[in-house]
Amino acid sequence: MIKLIVTIVTLGLIAFIVWWFFGKHAETTAAADQTADQQAVNVEVDGGYTPNTVVLKRGVPANINFTRKDPSTCLEQVVFPDFGINQFLAKDQNTAINIDTSKPGEYEYACGMNMFHGKVIIK
Amino acid sequence: MSVKNRFVFSLVVSFPMLIEMLLQPFGFSLPGHEWTMFLLTTAVMIVSAGPFLRSAWAAFRHHHANMDTLVAVGTATAYFYSIYAMLNHQAVFYESAAFVVTFILLGQYFEDKMKHSASGAVEKLLDLQAKDAEVMRDGQLVKIPLTEVVVGDLIRVKPGQKIAVDGVITEGSSTIDESMVTGESMPVEKRAGDSVIGATMNNTGTFMFKANKIGNDTLLSQIVEMVKKAQTSHAPIQKTVDKIADIFVPTVLIIAILTFFTWYVLLGASVVNAMLFAVSVVIIACPCALGIATPTALMVGTGRSAKMGILIKNGEVLEAANTIKTVVFDKTGTITNGKPKVTDIVGDETQVLTIAAQLEAASEHPLAAAIMDRANAAGVTPTAATNFQAIQGKGVQAQIGAQQAFIGNDKLLNDYHLTSDLTQQMTQLQNEAKTVVLVGLSDQVIGLIAIQDAPKPTSATAIAELKAQGLRTVMLTGDNELVAQAIAKQVGIDQVIADVLPGDKADHVKQLQTEGPVAFVGDGINDAPALTTADIGIAMGSGTDIAIESGGIVLVKNDLRDVVRALELSRKTFNRIKLNLFWAFIYNTLGIPVAAGLFFGIGLSLSPELAGLGMALSSLSVVASSLLLNKSKLTTRVDAQEA
Repeated sequence: MIKLIVTIVTLGLIAFIVWWFFGKHAETTAAADQTADQQAVNVEVDGGYTPNTVVLKRGVPANINFTRKDPSTCLEQVVFPDFGINQFLAKDQNTAINIDTSKPGEYEYACGMNMFHGKVIIK
Repeated sequence: MSVKNRFVFSLVVSFPMLIEMLLQPFGFSLPGHEWTMFLLTTAVMIVSAGPFLRSAWAAFRHHHANMDTLVAVGTATAYFYSIYAMLNHQAVFYESAAFVVTFILLGQYFEDKMKHSASGAVEKLLDLQAKDAEVMRDGQLVKIPLTEVVVGDLIRVKPGQKIAVDGVITEGSSTIDESMVTGESMPVEKRAGDSVIGATMNNTGTFMFKANKIGNDTLLSQIVEMVKKAQTSHAPIQKTVDKIADIFVPTVLIIAILTFFTWYVLLGASVVNAMLFAVSVVIIACPCALGIATPTALMVGTGRSAKMGILIKNGEVLEAANTIKTVVFDKTGTITNGKPKVTDIVGDETQVLTIAAQLEAASEHPLAAAIMDRANAAGVTPTAATNFQAIQGKGVQAQIGAQQAFIGNDKLLNDYHLTSDLTQQMTQLQNEAKTVVLVGLSDQVIGLIAIQDAPKPTSATAIAELKAQGLRTVMLTGDNELVAQAIAKQVGIDQVIADVLPGDKADHVKQLQTEGPVAFVGDGINDAPALTTADIGIAMGSGTDIAIESGGIVLVKNDLRDVVRALELSRKTFNRIKLNLFWAFIYNTLGIPVAAGLFFGIGLSLSPELAGLGMALSSLSVVASSLLLNKSKLTTRVDAQEA
């Protein structure tokens, strides 16, 4: 009897893991707040990047303000390979990263171990 | 709480449990046995493992799973099961949870330390900059902070001082130690008109220079910028790894569940044993080593080469360097000095040189510059000739004192006659691919000057090294076949393609690419298309903006031996990446079946504590292996200047 229950629970857990991690889930996108000659957007770093995708306007100097709430050493570095940025994010502090918006395109960024991903779209 | 403090806490708190584990065979146990262990482990779980649990939960909400997930699931399983078992008076394994946390924090602590030592090297370069400079303002020298220096400032540098920014010497001379930027260990002599590099060290003399690049435009800043980009780039090989990493953790969780299921339901093992196997699987599978295999090696490799004045742009270049079969060189300025020099003077040396100098003093022809250099070196000060007249397509003539003097190329032979001795010498010089200039006075040819753009002294060694590594060497040049062949013979190059128009260099590179990947070495100014066409563009020297733009590898020094070093370092770094990935991968793929108890039958199994220790060691070994790149020997014989 107990073995039957364990079997059912096993199958249930596997199904859940597959659905939760491999299934399609909505990603968050946000546009930057525009001021006269600046744009800025806040990204919270906690088990990933929220919002996951930020949209910046081309040609306007932009700051992405990262706030790391996550204690994991995995997320303590944020790396933008296209811009040569490898920035340490102090915990619970706002770290502004300046993005060169002169070229439109989609730019991926990731944590130091390349396990968490975010995206910047410049258009 | 820092990783270090968390580690120390869990080490101290789990220590009594270690004592008990070791002394249990002798009948020793902690006072209050299970309850004491429960309290100690609870403290470890809250203080030291708390951040793991928190991160794992945060990632979980984002449909992500990472190494924290594995640590959290593994230790929490062991912990909560032990509470359940304790209340039901069954065997507990609190110590597993506590030990795993301790070992993993130990690994993270060292990994952190080593990662910082790997990445810090290049940023430290920027600290080399001078803090202030003595600048001429309103006719007076004043000391101002570096940030206030502007382009066009005249700056004085005294012996032992650092040069503040990039510029050109206006007066004075000195020897300058440029090793921090170019990697060249010998001090370089500089006089008025020579350019100086910011952050290099003035040795002996005092001089004034005019600033022409400041702030982010200086060579040093550009080097730092480029190396930073290289260090954050990804080698293509990494892409496969990333794909695996994405699905790795959830897959491991599934494997762990199946492990439990197999042992408990199918094989009828006890709940405790089945759970131990499952927990071991989760712990051993942490993909940390896989994640840091490429970035750490890239960081160390590009950082080390930067210190030698070799700037590797990104991971792709590094990987491409591994496949290169042919190295194509531009001739002028790459193999040769790029500056014609007087090599031979036939006739009365002083007289020939004096007359030649008087005739060429006002000319801007490159050959004239070579003659003037030689004249200056010989201490000949020309008095100006008068009444200059061009001899169309042949040379010039002018009045020196009462006599008519002339200088020009071999077409002058239509007008003047040579003695048979001179004719013979001229033919010989021309066979050596030298340009011969005739010098005459009063309708008589009195001497010959031979001029050649000679190979750099280091070129032959560099090409021999490349050939020793099994690479084919090719020279591309716009010069005629004769000149090209003569130079090729001097430096030992395999193949010559002469009479190439500047615009056609890229096409020739393309043609050579049909036989295998090609590296093109050029000086970056007119070679930009060829540099970008080649699989690897190696831009030589002087750090011009164009070179930095179009080269995949930029050599700060003008020394061909750096091509050999650059290729070797790239190969070394790439091989290290492969080795790291191999170990990390082997570790995980072999570790999981062992942890799952697949080899239990032959007595091979892993407890969760051992799995935790193994996982810490795997990350450490990968970082250590990357750091070893700093120490790895270069086979290149020209490696003398590495301190």
